[in-house]
Amino acid sequence: MGQIRLNEVSKSFGDVEVIRPLDLEISDGEFVVFVGPSGCGKSTLLRLIAGLEDVTSGRIEIDGADATAVPPAKRRLAMVFQSYALYPHMSVRKNIAFPLRMAGLGKDEQMRKVEAAAKTLNLTEYLDRRPRQLSGGQRQRVAIGRAIVRDPTAFLFDEPLSNLDAALRVNMRLEISELHQNLETTMVYVTHDQVEAMTMAEKIVVLQEGVIEQVGSPMELYSAPRNRFVAGFIGSPTMNFANGEKAAGHGAHSIGIRPEHLSISTTDGAWRGTVGVAEHLGSDTYLYVHLADGQGTFTVRAGGEYGASHGDTVYLTPDPAKIHRFDAAGLRIE
Amino acid sequence: MARNVTPARKATMTAIAWIIGLAIFFPILWTILTSFKTEAEAIASPPSFVLFDWTLENFSIVQERSDYFRHFLNSVIISVGSTVLGLIIAIPAAWSMAFVPTKRTKHVLMWMLSTKMLPPVGVLVPIYLIFRDAGLLDTQAGLVIVLTLINLPIIIWMLYTYFKEIPVEILEAARMDGATLRSEILYVLTPMAVPGIASTLLLNIILAWNEAFWTLNLTAAKAAPLTAFIAAYSSPEGLFYAKLSAASTLAIAPILVMGWFSQRQLVRGLTFGAVK
Amino acid sequence: MPTQHSRVKARLMISPAVLLLLGWMLIPLGLTVYFSLLRYNLLMPGMEQWTGLTNYRYFLTDPAFFDALRNTLVLVVGVLAITVIGGVLLALLLDQPIWGQGIVRVLVIAPFFIMPTVSALVWKNMFMNPVSGLFAHAAKGLGLEPFDFLAHAPLFSIILMVSWQWLPFATLILLTALQSLDSEQLEASEMDGANYVNRFFFIVLPHLARAITVVILIQTIFLLSIFAEILVTTTGGPGTATTNLTFLIYAQSLLHFDVGGGAAGGIIAIILANIVAIFLMRMIGKNLDA
Repeated sequence: MGQIRLNEVSKSFGDVEVIRPLDLEISDGEFVVFVGPSGCGKSTLLRLIAGLEDVTSGRIEIDGADATAVPPAKRRLAMVFQSYALYPHMSVRKNIAFPLRMAGLGKDEQMRKVEAAAKTLNLTEYLDRRPRQLSGGQRQRVAIGRAIVRDPTAFLFDEPLSNLDAALRVNMRLEISELHQNLETTMVYVTHDQVEAMTMAEKIVVLQEGVIEQVGSPMELYSAPRNRFVAGFIGSPTMNFANGEKAAGHGAHSIGIRPEHLSISTTDGAWRGTVGVAEHLGSDTYLYVHLADGQGTFTVRAGGEYGASHGDTVYLTPDPAKIHRFDAAGLRIE
Repeated sequence: MARNVTPARKATMTAIAWIIGLAIFFPILWTILTSFKTEAEAIASPPSFVLFDWTLENFSIVQERSDYFRHFLNSVIISVGSTVLGLIIAIPAAWSMAFVPTKRTKHVLMWMLSTKMLPPVGVLVPIYLIFRDAGLLDTQAGLVIVLTLINLPIIIWMLYTYFKEIPVEILEAARMDGATLRSEILYVLTPMAVPGIASTLLLNIILAWNEAFWTLNLTAAKAAPLTAFIAAYSSPEGLFYAKLSAASTLAIAPILVMGWFSQRQLVRGLTFGAVK
Repeated sequence: MPTQHSRVKARLMISPAVLLLLGWMLIPLGLTVYFSLLRYNLLMPGMEQWTGLTNYRYFLTDPAFFDALRNTLVLVVGVLAITVIGGVLLALLLDQPIWGQGIVRVLVIAPFFIMPTVSALVWKNMFMNPVSGLFAHAAKGLGLEPFDFLAHAPLFSIILMVSWQWLPFATLILLTALQSLDSEQLEASEMDGANYVNRFFFIVLPHLARAITVVILIQTIFLLSIFAEILVTTTGGPGTATTNLTFLIYAQSLLHFDVGGGAAGGIIAIILANIVAIFLMRMIGKNLDA
């Protein structure tokens, strides 16, 4: 079991309200990602669930039981920290065994479970090393190993990949996803990287300034963002926004269109502009087009072979079905 | 990268540094040398540096006359005892201040350090009288208590600066792993802080070993440590240079050796973490 | 921010230390204040009598008090000046590339480990003694009249002894600070055309400020209560030439058995030390942060 329910949970540090009262339900076995810009309260929310911070008001239930006042050691949750937080004076073996030792398991039992976890994580040959003798990715795996050995109710991940280099990050992303598929345990994962959120989550929780902006599956968030913030935050490169005339034509205060939903032509189209910068990625080409009416710069995704360069005049046309419309308050108009 | 230095410049600097170093060390060297001389050679003019009849006689006379070993044992018991007791009180306190800081933490630390600034002489008489009435005068226990209290602020502050360098996340990880406070301190914090705890231990043993206000004023004979053993030589007896030197050598040797071995760790501890 | 749970534990864990230090501070302090208002002489037990502020008046009008105050100040400031300036110079020297740096370090730090009673006795007898001290031998060797240090320049002699003990401490801390100076900063200033003197005053010295503060703070704590060096060399004399506050109060209470007068002196010393402490704490508080 691994069901977590937050009920009217809020958190203030002094006068600053970091989390405004919010409700959230995480079902058993779900992979939930909290995503948002730095300072949005996503890590604080995770630490509230972990019990490393007290809630200012509200109630946290784990598997139906009130856990609001339960100390972290007794919540049966496991956490992987951004810095990995490995015990530097212990070998990998002892690091992974630590939670079992705290739980009072017998030596043999401890070792059996450690060996099993090490096998899953490809750590067997490193068991007798100290954390500082390991690479970033290996440390990450030890931290995960320490979390999985004792079959927790749920796993909490606090930006676990942010200290790894880009290539390793993609690998670990896959490993964690695979782990989730094998264990089928609830995972709550915090990141500021929307790519991680989109690729790993079953359910994304977008936070901004202590408020949940939207909860939904990655595709829901991509295709039907509830407001301009979510629209701008999810998707890469980010959505283009236009106000005024262009929006009024669609009966909205502002409209948004993703770079991949604009078609480009050198002869005619809805909006004229000149290419500022062309980024050739090989598979795709991103064009940053300065609009002729002076209403800003749009990003457009073109094919990998698209040959355009600085100063070229181009015409952009949005796919009408993919235009997102927002009212004056920034909320989505269906 | 450092640039090359001309050998001439390096040689000059080396010479100056060695001359100054030897000059600073000279009084100690001279004392050690004199302790191996006979009394006549010790006051001979001009004095000889190494070409004298080396003798161990002074050491046995000093041991016989003032019982070096008893004083040595008292010094060990008092300095180690007060430091260990201090650590036992200070580790939890430093944990609190480093990992559960409040608005008052800094004031509490400052206040603790300020108790070190109270001139001990201001409270000498009351302590003397309390000790007299409690039967603690001239006892090892009494000195252990006093030295624990006077060095406690320094022990706490040193540990605090070491603890503050340990990331809270590691202690939080222990909490998530199901560790109680006791396990957290015993199995995670303390092993991680071993270098810091060791240098705190060393520095405080040295400070307690050399403490010469309370040890002189609160002991007479039974519990007197080496500071008192030496002070006895300030009487005219002390004019026997070779014996004075032998006694001095015996009093400083243990701590000098210990200090040399641990000098690197000591520096950091002494600066309360202000200089890395 | 810590949880309620850990805050409760934290308060429990810190209380033994706080209570002990509070007791150590308040109980003797209270007694000292009480004694200072009594006529209380150890030679006349049972004759204690309430005298109000008489002890204070007596102590504050005693010319010895002002001598002691001046001597304390000269001692502290003198030693601080010698050790800080000497320490900076020595640290700069030891920071140069030299052969056997480790050994020189060991030589230089040694006096710090020497017990004050030992150092005082060795200096007094084996070096400063006007008949058979090493300085006297040296003077005679050069055809000069031996100088009786402790008789003719007693306070200066004590400053010298104490500086010898504390110079290593200052040197070592300043050296450590110096070695932590980012060499790129120096190289950048060199590129900017700064010569050695400029580099010292604009880059090195500001970098050492923190370390110097620490040296001053810690040394002041210990220097204010210098006792053993005076006890075993001059016992405060000749006259009151080397009597500092600590020694004056010690003499009053335990040599003249005047507990009341000594206690009044103690309270005055505490008040003065507090003034110094507040001043130092302000300075260090700013510097120790971060």
